[in-house]
Parts: sequence; C-alpha cells; structure tokens
Amino acid sequence: MSTKRLVAALTVFFCVAPAWAQHQGHDMHMAPAKKAPAKTAPAKKASSMDHSQMDHSQMDYSKMDYSKMDHSKMDHSKMDDAPGNTAGAPVPVPTEADLAAAFPPVHAHHLHGTSIQSYTLIDRFEVQHGDGVSRQAWEASGWIGGDVQKLTWRTEGHAHDGKVERASAELFYSRGIRPWWDVVAGVRHDFGQGPSRQWVGVGIQGLAPYKFEVNATLYVGDQSRTALRAGVEYDTLLTNRWILQWHAEANAYGKDDLSLGIGSGLSNIEAGARLRYEIDRKFAPYIGVDHDHAFGRTADVRKAAGGKVGDTRVVAGIRVWF
Amino acid sequence: MSIDYSALRGEIASLSRRRFVQGLAVAGAIAPLGAWSKTPWALRANGQPEILSGTDFSLSVSETWLNYTGRRRPAVTVNGSLPGPVLRWKEGSTVSLLVRNDLPRGSIHGPDTSIHWHGILLPANMDGVPGMSFDGIRPGESYLYRFKVNQSGTYWYHSHSGFQEQGGQYGALIIDPLEPEPFDYDRDYVVFFSDWTDMDPAKLFARLKKMSSHDNHHQRTVADFLRDVEKNGANATLEDRKAWGRMRMTPTDLSDVNAETYTYLVNGTTSLGNWTALFKPGEKVRLRLINGSAMTYFDVRIPGLKMTVVAADGQYVHPVTVEEIRLAAAETFDVIVEPAGQDAYTLFAQDSARTGWVSATLAVREGLRAPVPPLDPRPLLTMADMGHDHGMGGQDAMAGHAGHDMSGHDMSSMSGMAGMDHGAMSMQSHPKTEHNNPLVDMQTMMPMPRLDDPGIGLRGNGRKVATYADLKSRFDDPDGRDPGRTIELHLTGHMEKFAWSFDGVKFAQSEPLKLNYGERVRIVLVNDTMMSHPIHLHGMWSDLEDAHGNFHLRKHTVDMPPGTKRSYRVRADALGRWAYHCHLFFHMESGMFREVKVEAQS
Repeated sequence: MSTKRLVAALTVFFCVAPAWAQHQGHDMHMAPAKKAPAKTAPAKKASSMDHSQMDHSQMDYSKMDYSKMDHSKMDHSKMDDAPGNTAGAPVPVPTEADLAAAFPPVHAHHLHGTSIQSYTLIDRFEVQHGDGVSRQAWEASGWIGGDVQKLTWRTEGHAHDGKVERASAELFYSRGIRPWWDVVAGVRHDFGQGPSRQWVGVGIQGLAPYKFEVNATLYVGDQSRTALRAGVEYDTLLTNRWILQWHAEANAYGKDDLSLGIGSGLSNIEAGARLRYEIDRKFAPYIGVDHDHAFGRTADVRKAAGGKVGDTRVVAGIRVWF
Repeated sequence: MSIDYSALRGEIASLSRRRFVQGLAVAGAIAPLGAWSKTPWALRANGQPEILSGTDFSLSVSETWLNYTGRRRPAVTVNGSLPGPVLRWKEGSTVSLLVRNDLPRGSIHGPDTSIHWHGILLPANMDGVPGMSFDGIRPGESYLYRFKVNQSGTYWYHSHSGFQEQGGQYGALIIDPLEPEPFDYDRDYVVFFSDWTDMDPAKLFARLKKMSSHDNHHQRTVADFLRDVEKNGANATLEDRKAWGRMRMTPTDLSDVNAETYTYLVNGTTSLGNWTALFKPGEKVRLRLINGSAMTYFDVRIPGLKMTVVAADGQYVHPVTVEEIRLAAAETFDVIVEPAGQDAYTLFAQDSARTGWVSATLAVREGLRAPVPPLDPRPLLTMADMGHDHGMGGQDAMAGHAGHDMSGHDMSSMSGMAGMDHGAMSMQSHPKTEHNNPLVDMQTMMPMPRLDDPGIGLRGNGRKVATYADLKSRFDDPDGRDPGRTIELHLTGHMEKFAWSFDGVKFAQSEPLKLNYGERVRIVLVNDTMMSHPIHLHGMWSDLEDAHGNFHLRKHTVDMPPGTKRSYRVRADALGRWAYHCHLFFHMESGMFREVKVEAQS
C-alpha cells in the first residue's frame, strides 16, 4: 500500500474520530434549563462603563476577557471619586526601593501542572484451562506523558508451554480531545507462530457514559490488509474489594489471512468475566471464565482445520498496576 | 494572663535569639540539625511546641527522621521539629528571619527550600514563592527575610517548594497586636492540624495521577444498589445511578486523599500522643485552630463545650458561638472555650470524608482523657451539591455537564446582563477555554454563594456549625471603594486525570492576571468541579462579600465548596508578582495556580 493512501486514511480517520467521540456524548441530551430572558448586549469596553450606576452583583462578567484588556486606556483616577467611595487611604506612591522589592530578578518558576507521569497496568496475567489444554495469557497497557498528550502502549497474547502462540504489541501517540476521549495513532506488531504482521492504526479510547472503558482501533497493514479491533470493559463492585470485571473484544479483518487461520469479516469475539479480590489497590488475584467464539469465514477456516468454533476456558491469574 | 508555652530544648532555643549581621550569606555556627534523628515524643517537651519570640530569628530547614506509624520516615522540618517552632512577632516591629537550607544531599524533600508566611502582607520579595518572589534557597545557603509586621493575629508558615509542605515543613505564627484585643482569655494554645504520610509526597502525587480514586474505599456497590431499590424504589434508584453514570462520577468522592493514606496530627502528634491543653475550671481558653494540612478539611468540635469564634484568618470577627467548625486547608480560626464541669474534654477533628480523625484533650492535669466520639456517617454528594439541580428533576440537572454538546445553546447572549435576577433560574455561563476541554469533566449550572451552608456532611447534624454567613468581620470594609471591575474565574478540573486548573487552563499555559496598583477589584469564583477548593491569594486580603455584594468577612483563604459562586474584593495595594492558587497542595501542583501581577500605572 502506498504511503500516500496511508496518510489519506489517517487523515480521514482523524477527522471522523472527534465527531464520533462527540456523538458519544449525545446520549445525555435533554432540555436546557430555563434561560433567563437574555438581552444581547455586547460586552462594553470597561473604560466606558459607568460603574457607579451599575449593580455589579447582578452581572455576569464571565464572558469578558480581561486578560486582553488594554489597561493603558482605562482611567483609574476616576475610580476614587466615584459616588459611594468613602474610606480607603490611597495607596502610597511606590519608591524605587519599593519597586525593587516588588520585582526582584527571579528565574523561571516551576510550572505547576507539567509533570510527566507513567502508568503500567498488567490487567491479565493468567493461566487458562479449557478442553484439557492449559495456556498462558496476558494483557497489559500503560502510558507515559502529561495530562493531554501521552505515549501509550498495549500488548496482549497467549502462549502454550511458555512459547508464544500469537501476540500483539502496540505503541501509540494518544491525545485527549474531549473530557473522556483520547484519539490514538501508532503502530502494531503481531508475532508468534505463523508470519508476523505489521500495521499502522488510528483509534479512539476512553470512558463511555456509565463508566464503560472502550477502545476501537482501525489498522492498515501491508498487502492492503485492514483490521478492526474493539474492546469494552466494565467493573461491577460487589464490595469495595471484590470486583467483577466484564470484558469483550472483537476482531474483524478486511481480507482473508489463511496462514493465520483468519477469514475476512467479523473474525472472533472473546468475552468473559473475572472476579478479583483487591488485596490492595495495586495487587489483585482473580479467577474467571472466558469464551472465544469464531464467526463467518474464520469459523469456516477453523472448522476446516478440525478446530472448534467456540472455546470456553476457566482462568486464574493476577492483576497488578504501578 | 499566662501563656502555656514552655520554653524548651535549649539546644535549639539558643539559636533563636542569635543576632546576625544583615547581608551575611551564611549564619555562623548553626549546628547542622539534618543529621539528628528524633522521635516525635522527644520533640514535645510537656507536649507543647517550642516558641520563639522577638524580632530576630534563625531557622534551619532540614530533614528529621520521625516515626508516626511504626516506620521511620524522613520529614522536612524547621529547627528539627514538626510542626516547626511557633514564631511570635509583635505588630509594628520589623522582623528578620534568616532561613538556612540544611537539607542533606539526596533528600527526597530537596534540594531547594523556601518559607512562605501565609496571610502576611509584605513586600513581594519576602513572600517566599520560588520563581516569583525569589529563587528559593539552595542547599547550604540562607535567605534573609526582613519586613515590617503590619497586622496581628493567628497565621502560619510553610514551604512553597516541591512537596515540602506535605513533608512536614510548616509551623504557627502568632502576631501580638498593638491595641488590646476585643476579648479576654486566661490561656492561649496553638492547635495545629496536619496530615502526615509515610509515602514520599512526590510518589503520592504520582499515585493520584495514576488512580485518583485510590483512597475511596466507600464506593457504592451492588449491595448499596439493592438497599436503595428497597428504600427508594427501582425507578428512583436507576435514575440516580444513571445520572452519576452519565457523568462518570461517584457521589462518594468526598476527598482525594484520606485516612487510607494519612495519619492526622495535632501539634505534630497523633491521637495516641494525646496532646493536652491544661486549664483550671472557669478559665477562658483561647485555641488558635490552624489547618496546616496538605489535602484535608477538618471538622473540629469539643463535645460538651461550645466554642466562640473570635477571629478568622487572623482577623477579628463578631463573636459567634458554635459547636463545630470546618477548617478548610490553610484556614485559621481563633476560638474561646470555657471548660468547666468536667476534668477532661476531647478536642475531636475528623476529616470531611469521615475516614479518620485526630484527637487531643483539654484537661485539668496531664494524663487524662475523655471519650472520643465516633466518626459521623459518610455523606453522599448530591446533584444539588454541584449546582446541578434546584428542584427541577434530575434530567435537566445534567444539561451543563461537560461533554454534552452545548453548542446549541447560545451562551454568548447571556453575558453582560445588568440587572439579571439571580433569584430566578439562570444558567451559569462558562469561559470559552472550558468548552470541549479534555481537562474539564464538569460544569456547574446554577451555582450559588451558599454562605450559610454548613457544608457537605455537616448539615442537620444537630450541632450549630459555623458558616461564612455567621462570621462577620468586626470592622467595616477597610478600603470602602466599590470594586472598579469584576474578574470571574472558574475552578475546573478532571477527577479521573487528576488535572486541576482555573478556567480549564493550567498554570503552565496561563497568562498572569494583571491588577493595577491601587485598584479595587472584585474576584468572582465559580466552582465547576465536585471538590471543595480553598483558594489563597498571596500578598493581599480577600474580602469576602455577602450574597448582596457587601463587604462581609476578611480572609486570606476562601473556601469554595462544589456548586458555589462566591465573590470577594481585593485592594491591589501590593506591587509585585503574587501566587494565587488552590491550597490543596496536589491541586496546586497539578496546575490550579495563577500568577497575579500588580503593577503601577506608568
């Protein structure tokens, strides 16, 4: 696939994603509260306002941007003899010494709010058991960065006898675009048994209303492959330490990838629930159940290879973050 | 009148009266305190803090290892104690304070230090804010603070460097007035509340950034849901859960850091240490309540005693008798109590989230205790608390929630409406910088001053709780002019990201707020978040207005509960660059900070 088309695809997605995210916020539509009859008075220049005649307690100034006001044009000398001003000794005229004490030469201030933080969550680190077969599986993610812009990563996969069967690792630039939504763009590498695959992807991740953690990423790979991966997670608090985590993930592909047992269209959905006990916030063992189900052409491929379409597993592992 | 401060600990007291030559960069012969290891009980001779009085002070900021929880941890201290010594000044005098940085190399609290004199009016270069007033105090170096004291009352001091305030660098200031005080008392005690953590404060901040709800172990569960269904019916319960779910918030979110993390202290000791203030029956006892904590609101009461509040933030108020008072972080209140009829009373302070407490004792002799009351029930936040719902039903109440597309409502038409009737329903408008801002998770719709509200968790508890409405300055507006202009600022944040700001703009991206030397301005604050924020302006008073816009109460720190809109007057009579910030230190650290620049008109 040519770079040009790739860039075009990315551009289109970045234009669409924010709109989609905004759309997500629409489910709280409701009638606006009753508005007071609004007189559309353009915000006047303060210099021409007669403050003595106005009841400021009743005014809404929030729309006036004082930071951009030109103070040089304001006549403050008139403020002192406005009616109603009685007390208040005038401020002394500053001396050279006063000015020196007021504006000492200082170096740059520590900029509050610019700290770089990092987070690592090993959400699943487990043994899976189903159909007499034991496997190991993991899912982890993390970020490093500020409040709005971060470098994020994700990895998931499963192994058998300590050998990776299939796994993916992703590295993204993520940017907050709305209070609850980040747009991500980056690369994904699939590896394990069978050929490896490289993708570039753009997506969205965030916290949907009702606290569903969601993410959806669209990938474009070599040989004009396309893929879509979407996931959702939800925590049910049985108590403040016993937490039932629901999750589901779906994969879809634009074309067959028979060497990996993948058919085009919706390929599989993996869903399950894990019950964890938070010994402390950062460390929680869990048990759970998982079901992986293949659909469409992928199901046909699996059946043709003598495999099963659906697979249910019991899982046990630990969840850790730091 | 007798003062119950024992002079103690000669080795440090001897430093206090040391005269030094002005301009000397390094004080001579101060024994480095940094290497000393001390246990808290060694710091409390007779349980009283050290007091240094006079005009010349020598203070050493160092690291002291303390053990509050069974683990020895490094605290950052002044003259080796936590809190630091009580500094006693006299109104009208000129004080000199030589502050030396004796922090050891590699200290988690280092490298630089500073001391800010909270609520004190002084030249900007004496204010102690690194990067605004001066460059901070580097290791091994000293800074000479020297200024004339033009006020009196109860104040405090603390570091403005890094997370040192959380680490223990704070102490009380008492300024004796020139004129006799308008009340009398027989005994006088500093009661200094603070929150201690064994964690490296920088790591605690990092933890908040990773998981801001870490300390909230009282979130609503399936069992709560079922109980609510039984109590209120399925529909009401579902509506309630939906409203909170749409906001992605929780009504149990009362504070960011609580007793899960903190050990609460009074005068540097835990409840076990039982700090005791002695009295003789029939005496009047003055308690100077100071909240020197980093992130905690304390609700303070003395079961069996009424407290008469006589000063707030160091300034006299008309005496008002209450049974309980909420101390926002950085606030100070002077109260007078008249214990009689019992040998001992418990001074009880619980955090506003009801997760922990600290107690001390008022007693006729050492070694007594009185019963400690249980923690109050944990309150739940309501939509009304956030200014979302004034009896219109939950649906409309959510319309102002950020993330909802407000572009359909023409907000611009709502500004500048002189004579707008605030009694009627009116939607609060918001700065453009909040719109679609990824760091603003919520906006209030109909905020009110609510000066007479005891506060979340204190309403209807059967006790008389002091409110801002109850507290009225004993003097008229000292400036007297009506404000020439009004500046509105919104307190904003994102709980999940633990990002805090004004108008959705963090300090790093903000322009200084410019005031003209000599002008009288009104600052209107609107709280768009679900947390309370104590807002502190350096260098000038914040003269809180009542609901009608009249001068009401002189403060240095104004508490802003969720869903409130409060205004105060500022006389810009202090040239320079001043810090203006939320006094919950981790909110400040994450960006809820502004520079206020007072400049003379050329």
